Amino acid sequence: MLEIKNLHARIVDDGTEIIRGLNLSVKAGEVAAIMGPNGSGKSTLSYILAGREDYEVTEGDILYNGQSILEMDPAERATAGIFLAFQYPMEIPGVATMEFLKVAMNEQRKARGEEPLKVPEFLKRVKEAAASLSMDMNMLKRPLNVGFSGGEKKRAEILQMKLLEPKLCVLDETDSGLDIDALKIVSDGVNALRSPDRAIVLITHYQRLLEHIVPDTVHVLYRGQVIKSGDKSLALDLEANGYAGVIGQAA
Amino acid sequence: MNMHAQPQRTLAETALIDAFGERLSLLPGDGAVMVKRDDAIEAIKHGLPTRRVESWHYTDLRRLLTSVPAFEAGAVVKALAPVLEGSAVLPVLNGVSQMKLPEIDGVTVQRLSEKLTDGSVAPGLDPYGSDDAIGALNTAFVADGYFVDIADGAELEKPVELQNLQAGGQSHVRLLARVGAGAKAIVVERQAGEGDEALVSSVSQLVIGDGAEVTWLIVQEQPDTATHLAQFKAHIGKDAKLTLFVMNAGGRLVRQEVVVRTTGEGADFKLRGINLLAGDTHTDVTMVLDHAVPHTTSTEVIRNVVTGKARGVFQGRINVHQYAQKTNAKMACNTLLLSDDGEFSTKPELEIFADDVVCGHGATVTEIDHDHLFYLMARGIDEKSARGLLVKAFVAEVIEELDDEALVEALEARLDGWFSTHG
Ligand SMILES: Nc1ncnc2c1ncn2[C@@H]1O[C@H](COP(=O)(O)OP(=O)(O)O)[C@@H](O)[C@H]1O
Ligand SMILES: [Mg+2]
Repeated sequence: MLEIKNLHARIVDDGTEIIRGLNLSVKAGEVAAIMGPNGSGKSTLSYILAGREDYEVTEGDILYNGQSILEMDPAERATAGIFLAFQYPMEIPGVATMEFLKVAMNEQRKARGEEPLKVPEFLKRVKEAAASLSMDMNMLKRPLNVGFSGGEKKRAEILQMKLLEPKLCVLDETDSGLDIDALKIVSDGVNALRSPDRAIVLITHYQRLLEHIVPDTVHVLYRGQVIKSGDKSLALDLEANGYAGVIGQAA
Repeated sequence: MNMHAQPQRTLAETALIDAFGERLSLLPGDGAVMVKRDDAIEAIKHGLPTRRVESWHYTDLRRLLTSVPAFEAGAVVKALAPVLEGSAVLPVLNGVSQMKLPEIDGVTVQRLSEKLTDGSVAPGLDPYGSDDAIGALNTAFVADGYFVDIADGAELEKPVELQNLQAGGQSHVRLLARVGAGAKAIVVERQAGEGDEALVSSVSQLVIGDGAEVTWLIVQEQPDTATHLAQFKAHIGKDAKLTLFVMNAGGRLVRQEVVVRTTGEGADFKLRGINLLAGDTHTDVTMVLDHAVPHTTSTEVIRNVVTGKARGVFQGRINVHQYAQKTNAKMACNTLLLSDDGEFSTKPELEIFADDVVCGHGATVTEIDHDHLFYLMARGIDEKSARGLLVKAFVAEVIEELDDEALVEALEARLDGWFSTHG
């Protein structure tokens, strides 16, 4: 479903190369965990997948269902089924959350040639999704993410993901800022989305999340490259011994 | 030619002076009113203000008012459905008030054409300063409008909507209101029109009694064939509250002056303004606020969206008088500049003669936040719609603060209307 080939990318502003020859492939139905120390380029990779313009791909390619997405803007990627749950979801004052959800869902439906949702159906879906994540509907009356706690923002990201039903879900440190109960709720939400036609890329640096969402593959990202891949035992190994060993082997 | 010679009159100045000669016999008013009219046209004979007059620095009226239409309107106009559902509508159509008016509990309405002859109006026609060109123009030509008296203690069930509608030509209208002590009212001042070249002057004058609460919404949606010169003047009494909401969403050349004075302790003034600017237009909001007594408060928030070649101006002058201790005043003007050819000038001025006061102001000019744009697009919202949402959000924040669901909904509908034609 996702194939990243020898990807090189830099920051447009200052030309610093952050992604330096990264290879990764994730199949439909797979849950892939990406781990790595702070600053290794995990968030950058997620932004590049989503199409953020602050980064420029200088070499290599990203194929989604066999097609390059490099020329697609963020909205086109999203309507094609790519979803990024942000590490730091943005607060957007003045944009009502419900209005935003409705516009996003209907824009995606429109791009797929579907009719816009009727209001009652829209409300029903939002209520169900919010209930499953133990979110208070009153929160959704506020402007988008404004005044939400860290944990509430993360839940709101997962709520959006559930409503938009993407095919490739990229979750950037969704576990950070969540207490144990919230982690369980959010993990259950993600697990419910596991399906043979959907791939999930979980970016985290803790094993903790992977106890709840068990990955099929684990990849270590360091200095803009995948330096080691393995199965879930690799995550346990990292938890026990830290990154130093893996980094040492690769060097 | 000596140094003090008047420069040659512009076409517009000549047209106004000639029009006065022709109209004079038709203009209503008692002797005192006619004296004020003569004074006013004298002021115009001295020339319309230029950029050398400080308060007109960003709006050189003499240069910008390139022509003046004939008096007569090109077509008839009809009253519009009100902005707020269920409002009692008082229409002024092509400068003429109506005979048949709705009954409103607690409110007495008189046609200004009649009021101008009863000896009460003349004192209010004095200019508020030597640079009061809008006052002068309006005083010279005003023929009609309404006087609205809201009884002491009356809490109006329905909003009142004053409609000043034109279909070309000239209209010069005054809307006078007395809000009795302890009264509560929502008033919409609708300024709109259609059709040929128009010159509109409109002056609203309020005296707000002690403890009264007034929300006054100016919804200006003139066509781009109109020059709209408007003034809003208010005195706010003891413990009274005035919220003035100004939405400019039209007009070719627009100046909205806001001249407010707190006259009793505990008075509170809120100015909230939205300027939606498009095309090759010029829009100026100029406020002069006098905190004239101790313990009064004010906040001013102006949000501007500038597209096309539009030019906007906000001048906000707050005078805190010497005895007006414990004044608290805050002013902010934020602009979203969406085009390279547009511009917005902001001039805040604080003149503080008291020592125990809290006053501040801030101004920003920004573009669309591209991180926010990315976030919305990452959810599948295409760039155009995402920009639209963000621009609307920028101004909607000011509307939502009004805290009255019906008001918020109605104003957001006006916003949507503007965005659907200018988005
Ligand atoms: N837009 C940016 N501007 C400046 N530096 C950036 C930018 N994006 C990423 N970086 C830098 O790139 C490196 C990788 O960052 P990031 O992808 O956030 O790492 P991770 O998510 O793995 O912690 C860091 O050194 C970070 O400071
Ligand atoms: Mg990160």
